[in-house]
Amino acid sequence: MNKIPYKILLVDDDPNILISLEFLMRKSGYDVLIARNGSEALELLNDTVPDLTLLDIMMPDVDGYQICKHIKSSKKLKHSKVVFMSAKTKESDIQKGYNLGADLYITKPFATKELVKKISELLA
Amino acid sequence: MNNIIVIICALFYLVVLFGIAYYAEHRLKKGSSIINNPYVYSLSLAVYCTAWTYYGSVGRATNDGIMFLAIYIGPTIASIFMMPVLGKIIRITKFQRINSIADFVSARYGKNLSIAFIVTLLCIIGVVPYISLQLKAISASFNILIQHQGSSTSYFNDTTFYITIVLAVFIILFGTRSVDATEKHEGLVAAIAFETIIKLVAFICAGLFITYGLFNGFGDIFYKASQSQTLSKLFVFKQADYISWFFMIICSMMAFLFLPRQFQVSVIENVDESHLKKAAWLFPLYLLIINVFVLPIAFGGELLFGKGMMDADTYVLAIPLHSGNHLLSLFIFIGGFSAATSMIIVETIAISTMVSNSMVMPFLLGIPALKKRIDISFSKDIIYIRRISILLVLLLAYLYEKNVAHYISLVSIGLVSFAAVTQFAPALIAGIYWKGASKNGALTGIIVGFIFWFYTLVIPSLANTGIIHSDLLTFGPFGLSWLNPTALFGLQGFDSISHSLFWSLFFNISSFTIVSLYSKQKSQEVYQAELFVNIYKHAVSDNEGLWKRTAYIPDLNTLLENFLGKERSKNLIMGYAQRNKIIIDEASNIADPRLVDFSEKILAGVIGSASAHIMVSSVTKEEELSIDEILKILQESQQMRELNKELRKKSLDLTRATDDLKKANNQLKDIDALKDEFLYTVTHELRTPLTSIRALSEIVHDNPDMEEEQRSEFMGRVVKETERLTHLITQVLYLERYESGKQKLNLSSFSMVELAEDAFQSIEPLAKIKNIDFKLIHPNSSLLLHADKDLLRQVMINLLGNAVKFTNEDGHIEFILTDNHDEIVVTVKDNGKGIPKVDQPFLFDKFFQARNQTVKKPEGSGLGLAISKKIVIMHGGKIWVESEEGKGSRFMFLIPNFMARNV
Repeated sequence: MNKIPYKILLVDDDPNILISLEFLMRKSGYDVLIARNGSEALELLNDTVPDLTLLDIMMPDVDGYQICKHIKSSKKLKHSKVVFMSAKTKESDIQKGYNLGADLYITKPFATKELVKKISELLA
Repeated sequence: MNNIIVIICALFYLVVLFGIAYYAEHRLKKGSSIINNPYVYSLSLAVYCTAWTYYGSVGRATNDGIMFLAIYIGPTIASIFMMPVLGKIIRITKFQRINSIADFVSARYGKNLSIAFIVTLLCIIGVVPYISLQLKAISASFNILIQHQGSSTSYFNDTTFYITIVLAVFIILFGTRSVDATEKHEGLVAAIAFETIIKLVAFICAGLFITYGLFNGFGDIFYKASQSQTLSKLFVFKQADYISWFFMIICSMMAFLFLPRQFQVSVIENVDESHLKKAAWLFPLYLLIINVFVLPIAFGGELLFGKGMMDADTYVLAIPLHSGNHLLSLFIFIGGFSAATSMIIVETIAISTMVSNSMVMPFLLGIPALKKRIDISFSKDIIYIRRISILLVLLLAYLYEKNVAHYISLVSIGLVSFAAVTQFAPALIAGIYWKGASKNGALTGIIVGFIFWFYTLVIPSLANTGIIHSDLLTFGPFGLSWLNPTALFGLQGFDSISHSLFWSLFFNISSFTIVSLYSKQKSQEVYQAELFVNIYKHAVSDNEGLWKRTAYIPDLNTLLENFLGKERSKNLIMGYAQRNKIIIDEASNIADPRLVDFSEKILAGVIGSASAHIMVSSVTKEEELSIDEILKILQESQQMRELNKELRKKSLDLTRATDDLKKANNQLKDIDALKDEFLYTVTHELRTPLTSIRALSEIVHDNPDMEEEQRSEFMGRVVKETERLTHLITQVLYLERYESGKQKLNLSSFSMVELAEDAFQSIEPLAKIKNIDFKLIHPNSSLLLHADKDLLRQVMINLLGNAVKFTNEDGHIEFILTDNHDEIVVTVKDNGKGIPKVDQPFLFDKFFQARNQTVKKPEGSGLGLAISKKIVIMHGGKIWVESEEGKGSRFMFLIPNFMARNV
C-alpha cells in the first residue's frame, strides 16, 4: 500500500545478477537504480537516497565494503538499508559485513523467493 | 789426599742415598709420592749417562774429536720421535704385568721360556762387563784421588771389593722389598734421580773450573786448541766417519730403549704414561747440558799435560786435583761415583730379576722334587732367590773387573754392550707392530744376531788380550780370510762396531723375517700377538676369562698364597672378585675363568710370564682352543664394543629422524592449509556462475507468464553460464593435474614454425572479426623442437586469445618466433591497453583475471595464464610479460632447445 514506491539500488559487476535482481525488484513493485561497479554506485549515491541497496562485495575498483561504509557514515544516507550479497561465505566475512553496519548479509547463490521476502521485511 | 777421608765421604754419600730412598718410600706410604712427576721420571732416564759419560767422553774426545757425541744423538732422536713406541711398550707392560725386558719378549712370543732364557743370557754376557767397568771407574778415580799407584792384589785391601759389597746391600734393601716385581721401587727411583742431579752438577763444576778457572773461557780454550797441530785435527769431520756415526747412532738409539737399566726406569718404573711427553724434551736437554763441557775439558787436559802423558779418561778429576783444589776434586769424585753407582744399581736389579725369573725359577720348577715344595710357602724363597741373583751378578762383575777389564778401554766395552742389546730390537719392535712375527722367528733372529755379535766383537777382543791367538785376526780361522772376524765376507774399512752391527743385524733381521713368514704360530702365540699389537683395543677392558680355563679354587688359592703370602693373595682375589662381580662359590669349588687369568697375571708379576703360565697350567684344565676360536673370541669382544658404539649412534640417528618427521609433519600441515585455501578459492569462483544460473532459472521457473523474448534471453544466459561453469571446472581439474604432478609431457619432435602457423590459423578468424592486423613472423628454418606439441599449442592459443580479447578494434597483434640457438622464444605483442605495473606480478596467478575485470566478465576461467605458466615451467622454460599501461603488452615465453645443444 505504498504511495511512493521504494527505491532499490543494485550494485554488482555481473550483468546476469543485475538482470535477475532487476526483474525481481520490478516484479515486487520497487523502483530500481543500477550501478555496474562501485564508482557508478558512488555517483548515484550523490544524487539519490535509496531505501535499500543490494551490494555485491567483490568488485574491481571500489568494493562493497567501502560503499557500505560510505552509506552508513553519511548523514543523509545512514538510514538507508544495506544488504550485502556475496560469494564470501566464511563466518569471519559475514561478521565483518555486520560489523560495518550492514542490515543483512546474503550469501550467493541465493534463493530468489527468499531474497524478495527478506527485502520486503526490511522495508516494512 | 787421605784415603780415609775419601772413604768416609763415599760412605756418607751412600748414606744420603739410603736416606733419600727411605724418605721416598715413607712418602709413598703416606700417599704423597715424590716420584710421581715427569721431572723425576726424566731425570731417572738419565741413568743412561754413566761413568762412560763422566770420564769416558773426555777420553774419547781427545782421540776421536766430536765423535763422542754420537751416542747421545741416538737417544735424543729416540726420545723425540719414538715416544709412541715407548708408550705402546709401557701400556703392554702394565697390562700384562711384565717385569723385565726378557719377560716382555718372552710374553710376546707365547710366554716362551727359551726366549726369556736367551735374552737373559745375552744381557748377562753383554752387560755385566759394562757393570764391571763402572766398578773399575770407581776404583780408578779413587786411586787418583788418593794418589795411589797400581792396584792392590789382596782382596781385603781392594776398595772395589768393599764398594761392591756396600752396593749389594743397598740394592738388596731397596730392590727386593716385595715379591711382586711389578711394584714400583719408589725409593730406588728417587735415589737415582738424586744421583743424576749430583753427577750433572759435579761435571758442570769441573767444566766451569777448567774453562773459567784455568783458562779464560770457551773462546780461550778453543783458540789455544786450534793452535796445536794435534788438537786441531780433532775439529775435522772425516768422510769415512759417516759409517761409524750412523751405526753408533743406531745402536745408541736401541741402547736407550733396550738396555736392561733403561727398560727398567723408562718402562717398568714408569708411573704415568703422560710423563713421556715432558721427558721427550727434558731428557735430550739433560744430554745437551752434560755434554757442553766435554770438549773444553778434553782440550784443557791436553793443553795442560801434553798429549799421551796421562790417561785422558781421568782428566775430569785429574785437572782440579793437579791444581790443588781438593774440595772440588772430592766433589767431582763423588759426581763420578754417583754416575757409576746409579748404573750399577739399576742394571743389577734389572738383570737379577731376569735371572731369577728366566733362569732360576724355571730350573727349580723343572726339578720334580723342588716343585713339590709348592705346598709350603714359597714367597719368602722367591725373595731369597732374587737376592742371590743380585749377589751373583755383582760377583760376576767384580771378577770380570779384576781379571779382564784392565785390558780394554771404558768406551769400547760400552759400545759392545750397546751392540748386544741391539740384537733384541728386531724381535721386540717388530713384535709390537707385526702380528706375523713368530716365536721361532724371534728365537732364530736373536740367536743368529747373538752369534754374529759374539764372533765379530767378543772374539777379537779376546784375541787382542791374548786369550785367543792373534793370528785369528790377521788370517781368519783356519786361514780362511773371508771368515775373519774383523772383516767378515771381505767387508773392510768399517770400524769394529759398525762392522759387527752390520752383519749381526743383517742376519738377525733376515732370519727373523724369513722364519716368521714360514712358521706356523700356536694358539697361545697368536693370542699374545693380538694382545701386543692391538694393545690399545684391548687395554680398555681386561680380557680375562677368554681362555675358559677351569680350576679348583683351593688349588689356585694355594698357588697364590705360596708366592704372595696368605694375606696378600686373599686381598687381591677378593678385590678382583668384587670389582667384577664374581661370586666365589666356596661350595662348587670351581673358579671362574676370569679369576684364573687374573691369578696368572698376578703370578707373572712375581715369577715372570713364562713361569707363571707353567704354574697355573699345572693346576688348571684348559679347553683347547684353536687359533680360529681365539680370533673369533677376540673378534666377538671387539664386535660387542663396536655394537655398543653402533647403538649409541643409532639412538642419535633416531632422535634426528624424529626431528625430521616433526618438520615434515609441519610441512604437510602447511600444504594441507594451502589445499584448503585452494579449495576455498575454487569453490568461491564456482559460486559466481552458479549464482547467475540459479537466479535466472528460478525466475523463469516462477514466472511462467514471462514475456517470450525475456524468457528466451534469460535461458540463453543460463546456457552460457553453464558453459562457463563447465569450462571453469575443466580448467580447475586441468590445473590440479599440474599442481599434483600428474601431468606428464608427451614428447615428440616437431617444427615450432608449423605449430605456430597452426595456432595462428585458429585465432585468425577471431582477429578478423575485430579487424585486428594479425601477423606471424618466424625465421627461415623449421625450428625443430623436442617437446609436448599439444601443450605448447595450448599456450600459444591462450596468449593469442588473450591478445585478441584485450586489443581494441583496428589494433595489431604480432606473433613472433625467435631462434636463440639454445632456446626458442615466442612473443605475442599487442597494442592493447597494457597492464599496470602493480598487477604484473600477479598476472600468472590462479583466477587473477577473473577478479580484475571492470565491467564485462571475461569468457575465460582466469586460469589460462596459470596453466600456461605450468606448461612452460614443465619444459624447463620461462614465461613473462613486458607491458606498460596504455602502451600495449608483450607476452613472452622461452623453451630450451636441447636438440640444438646436441648438434
